[in-house]
Amino acid sequence: MRTHAIAAELPDAGALLRAARIIRAAGVRHWDVYSPYPIAGMDEAMGLTASPLGRLAFFGGLAGFLGATSLQFATTAFLYPLDAGGMPNGIQSLPVLFPIIFESTILAAALITVFGMFLLSRLPRLHHPLFDWHRFRGVSNDKFFLVLETGDPNYSEQALRELLASCGGAQISPVYEDE
Amino acid sequence: MTANEPPPYTADAVTEHVCSIIETAAPRWWWLAICVTGSMTALCFLCLLYLVSTGVGVWGNNNATGWAWDVTNFVFWIGIGHAGTLISAVLFLSRQRWRTPIHRAAEAMTLFAVICAAIYPALHLGRAWMVWFMPPIPNSNAIWPNFRSPLQWDMFAIGTYFTVSFLFWYTGLIPDLATVRDRCRGKIRKVIYGFLALGWRGGNRQWRHFAAAYLLLAGLSTPLVLSVHSVVSCDFAVTVVPGWHTTLFPPYFVAGAIFGGFAMVLTILIPVRALYPPLQGLVSTFHVDKMCKVLLLTGSLIGYCYAIELFTVWYGGNPWEQSAFRERIFGPYGWAFASMVFCNVLVPQLFWFQAARSHLLWVWVIVQFPNVGMWLERFVIVTGTLTRGFLPSSWGRFDPTWVDICTFAGTFGLFAFLFLLFVRWLPMICMFEVKADAADAQTEATL
Repeated sequence: MRTHAIAAELPDAGALLRAARIIRAAGVRHWDVYSPYPIAGMDEAMGLTASPLGRLAFFGGLAGFLGATSLQFATTAFLYPLDAGGMPNGIQSLPVLFPIIFESTILAAALITVFGMFLLSRLPRLHHPLFDWHRFRGVSNDKFFLVLETGDPNYSEQALRELLASCGGAQISPVYEDE
Repeated sequence: MTANEPPPYTADAVTEHVCSIIETAAPRWWWLAICVTGSMTALCFLCLLYLVSTGVGVWGNNNATGWAWDVTNFVFWIGIGHAGTLISAVLFLSRQRWRTPIHRAAEAMTLFAVICAAIYPALHLGRAWMVWFMPPIPNSNAIWPNFRSPLQWDMFAIGTYFTVSFLFWYTGLIPDLATVRDRCRGKIRKVIYGFLALGWRGGNRQWRHFAAAYLLLAGLSTPLVLSVHSVVSCDFAVTVVPGWHTTLFPPYFVAGAIFGGFAMVLTILIPVRALYPPLQGLVSTFHVDKMCKVLLLTGSLIGYCYAIELFTVWYGGNPWEQSAFRERIFGPYGWAFASMVFCNVLVPQLFWFQAARSHLLWVWVIVQFPNVGMWLERFVIVTGTLTRGFLPSSWGRFDPTWVDICTFAGTFGLFAFLFLLFVRWLPMICMFEVKADAADAQTEATL
């Protein structure tokens, strides 16, 4: 069986944060920390930049805004001008078009946020080699794990094990690829 | 002196307490409650079937009162939902840690209340099967909806509100569904929860996008929740009917919605907490105390709105408006107006006293007044106004029929039915946030 990664358990969030700084300094290529809740300061410790979701949501909102605006103008002014309550059909009726423009902006931004989050965090992915590691199910309860993937030319499996031990990892064990 | 925040649980205890509800057999009261509420839901749908097969005339709506209980109940239910979004989004952005153990259940109430609400406008159309004319779908008749109509605004506002609330709720559920998935033993359960959890692993490379999405959704939901009831209030405010045509309506409706929603959250949470002892350490008198204070604040805001509404009518000097309000207070529905002021403005003032906030039975009894009062407010606004329009020749009165009453009772059944299913199958408390808060509290204590 091919090894996917070497995993280790850490006692708490603080230890995981310290370990993440060490791993980052060591320059391991593919690795991640696993925890039951998001840990404050972990992004900086791992050297991750801010999530691009904010920008995505902005463009989603912009698309919703432009879509709703053009749809309403196209239909009320050109495609199907309707005399309702003597209200004008052109640009003058902008104020009554606001509610739908606003709601569509929010809707599109929210949809892009959620599906963008799925895309960026590679969800749904129902199976992963980590799920076969018997200790891993504790992560959703109260366990903290540090997982270094193998295949890094600078680090052999043995080197990864030593690295994990040096930052306080316990229960160091291999995680196997699926057959 | 106020109630103290309960001591934090260990992460394992949080998981154990919350998941035990899903993993143990349903208690006897649950089966009893699901049978009762299920029957009420069936009653609701039978009434709707009768309505669709016979016509809108089976409701008590008449020539003067084209909007009656349908619109009253629609606004009532939509309002209930607002507390959930307020707790999940606004209190999240303002870093109110006390929201953590209650927001999941409150968000679920939002979804179920919107479902109950959506029944009414769709069926009030009269020909419910024509509801597809409302979304802007290109069709062979080349007909487009009138985007300047408040009914159209409603569809977009409610549709967006439901979708965004659902996405927010489901996004927050994913890590907790993973917890349930990792604990379950049965094959079928494992497959179902496994699918729902989408393969969540809890790596920081997932958490960072998750946290960003959660923050963004909270930021998007905040203006959304304010807009939804504002749009609903525009159903009234953009008409020329005296008593409705006022710019006060949007903030007045939003304050009322939050008030009524919190009352409903307390109405449901206090018994649920009593029935599930594992939850009592997580949802304590501390949280109830905070919610009572929100009720006191919003109840007083509503009192201010009632007062400023009357002041504007007097100061504006419009005889039609003045006549409408004279009829509202002294007319045939004067009893409803007086009860509304008593329930919404006077009774919540009891929450100034700590004794009233800390005794759960008392709190439960007191919050029934806002529940009734907020329904009466919408009844007064809708029916009280329509039965006294511009023309005395079209003055009349409105009496509900048995279909009106059974449908409304049935929506309560539907709401409770859905909530009971939620309690049974999904983690009622946001476990990962409770754990994170406990860890934060520990860090603060050691600093």
